[in-house]
Amino acid sequence: MTLVSGWGRFPVVDSDVLRPRSFAAVDEAVMAGSVARGNGRAYGDAAIGAVRTIGMTGFDRVRSFDAATARVRLEAGVLLSDLIDTFGPRGFLPFVVPGTRFVSVGGAIAADVHGKNHHCEGGFGRYVDSILLRTGQGEVIEASREQNSDAFFATIGGMGLTGIILEATLRLRRAETGWIRERVICASDLDAAMRALDAGDSATYSVAWIDCAARGRDLGRSLIYLGEHARRDELADGAAAFPVGKNPGLGVPFDFPSMTLNRYSIRAFNELYYRMGARRAGGSHVVSLYPYFFPLDAIAEWNRIYGRRGFLQHQCVIPEASARAVLADILDRVARRGDASFLAVLKKLGQGDGILSFPLPGYTLALDFPVKGDILNFLDEIDRLVVGAGGRLYLAKDARQARATFEAGYPALSRFNAIRKSLDPACNIRSKLSQRLFDEV
Amino acid sequence: MTSRKIALVLGGSSDIGRAAARAFARAGYDVGLAGRDVTALEPDAADLRARYNVEVGLYKFDVLDTASFDGFVSGLPVLPDVIISIVGLLGVQQNAESDLAHATTIMRSNYEGPSLILGLFAEKFLARGTGTIVGVSSVAGDRGRASNYVYGSAKAGFSAFLSGLRARASRGGVHVVTVKPGFVRTKMTEGMKLIGPLTVEAPVVGDAILNAVENKTDVVYVSGKWRLVMLIMKALPEAVFKKLKF
Repeated sequence: MTLVSGWGRFPVVDSDVLRPRSFAAVDEAVMAGSVARGNGRAYGDAAIGAVRTIGMTGFDRVRSFDAATARVRLEAGVLLSDLIDTFGPRGFLPFVVPGTRFVSVGGAIAADVHGKNHHCEGGFGRYVDSILLRTGQGEVIEASREQNSDAFFATIGGMGLTGIILEATLRLRRAETGWIRERVICASDLDAAMRALDAGDSATYSVAWIDCAARGRDLGRSLIYLGEHARRDELADGAAAFPVGKNPGLGVPFDFPSMTLNRYSIRAFNELYYRMGARRAGGSHVVSLYPYFFPLDAIAEWNRIYGRRGFLQHQCVIPEASARAVLADILDRVARRGDASFLAVLKKLGQGDGILSFPLPGYTLALDFPVKGDILNFLDEIDRLVVGAGGRLYLAKDARQARATFEAGYPALSRFNAIRKSLDPACNIRSKLSQRLFDEV
Repeated sequence: MTSRKIALVLGGSSDIGRAAARAFARAGYDVGLAGRDVTALEPDAADLRARYNVEVGLYKFDVLDTASFDGFVSGLPVLPDVIISIVGLLGVQQNAESDLAHATTIMRSNYEGPSLILGLFAEKFLARGTGTIVGVSSVAGDRGRASNYVYGSAKAGFSAFLSGLRARASRGGVHVVTVKPGFVRTKMTEGMKLIGPLTVEAPVVGDAILNAVENKTDVVYVSGKWRLVMLIMKALPEAVFKKLKF
């Protein structure tokens, strides 16, 4: 047994970890209580097997690529960073990328990850043509919108619980350059931020960084980043069409002492961040896709900033109708607490594609909290607001929500469970997350 | 046939072999992959073609079958520009201590086979007047340790062979690179306790090999830290060294 945890380093649990090198070896590795794990960027316990965890990053081959149709077939362990580095310079990028490029394709499908373009282009699953799935029953099936469509839509956003994703065919986006034309808008409070995001509906990419230390009149003040793919003729003379993606150089060499994060340091950081951003507000400029999409990837192991005990990310989505009041309430409680994240992220989502996909039309707010004190109780309190508003939490980031919160947020759960049962009657595929939230024990 | 340069990787199905092939293909080389099981190399060939739009050839090669070496070299459609030997076998030291056959296999896989095949390529390269030879040896060859001296001694022999070959071949326009990767997270080291800061991933080794070839480096410690570690290890007096546990 090995101690395993997600990116948030909470919880840390025992699981037997195996790294099969062939699909036949995957077959042999699966036993009751197994789940696949990609690059371990899910924050909580989603990619930790109840008994055994099957590491998939060894499966990193591209099977085929067709430039005419922009389709790529690849093994599930290929990282999005690899996909971008390989096909970006050839003029193709993934349609959807989350906030880090160090996630595997299998993981991106299992969590139906969303990017800054979900409001207009949907999630990662929308660009998946088909999936090669090894079910808990031991069958290997090809699933698509036409073929085994129940398995297909249950696998997109299904948190790996329908089986082991072995391969997938993705549709890529043609991109003239690897640069983004960015426009920064300064919003002085939550209303202004939400108005700016609404006005940014027609922008391909939009996201707001909220200063969650700001209170009172400043509550919800934020910087909104809108983005479009830059054309070649928009680049400075002599600029390469595709920027170089540097590997994270500067790492966090040790766990920060828990003292480092306090209401003063956080407030000071947020003040600085807001002012620096505000100076760039107004006109548009061209930035490399790497800092635009993956700002935190520049710092290796940034999760250590939150100390040895790890951190919790709380990401909820609130349906449009009640979003304004509930978001204000949550932000106010967070600001009063004082030890919340450096920065919170607010963005708009559209309809999700998978049966268990997180997105629904509304606003999503993501917050980080170090694991300490009464944080679990506080998050339960926030969850009650989310549930009351008809919202839900993102499973890829969850490590602690109660079963009732989950069941209230995901009304299609019974349909998902029926499909899961048909693919895996003995319920062999199980993660720590599914034990916590799905399985009757 | 394209006019691109060709890099031929012996041990193409290993993690470092795959990483090296990717590094060279990304840099615009056509690639040859050689290994015992050609069918098993096909997915890697498809990967390289799909990623980098290069030509990939597959060849059967068994490092223990030295009788086949002449035929292997003369059977290649074109003499490559770069030949890279990744083949090797860690084996199990404890077994090798009493099982002569196992010890022999480790010695032959890490010294005899790689040296003989690279020696043959050296002759062809010298006759042509150009070429680069890369041998992946090991820091384990810098000093014999109680825990793996059968493997280490064979790597030491291979390092010495490469060093001598380099001295001779450099006069004929042929460059020889010795790569000492240190700990790499691969199939070979799976389940072993590796020291985090001294451990690298296979792609790092692949890139290091490409850089060494392009920059004409002689000896590469993939992680600079290993050069220091081995400098100290080599400097320790035998009386002290034999008391240490490694």
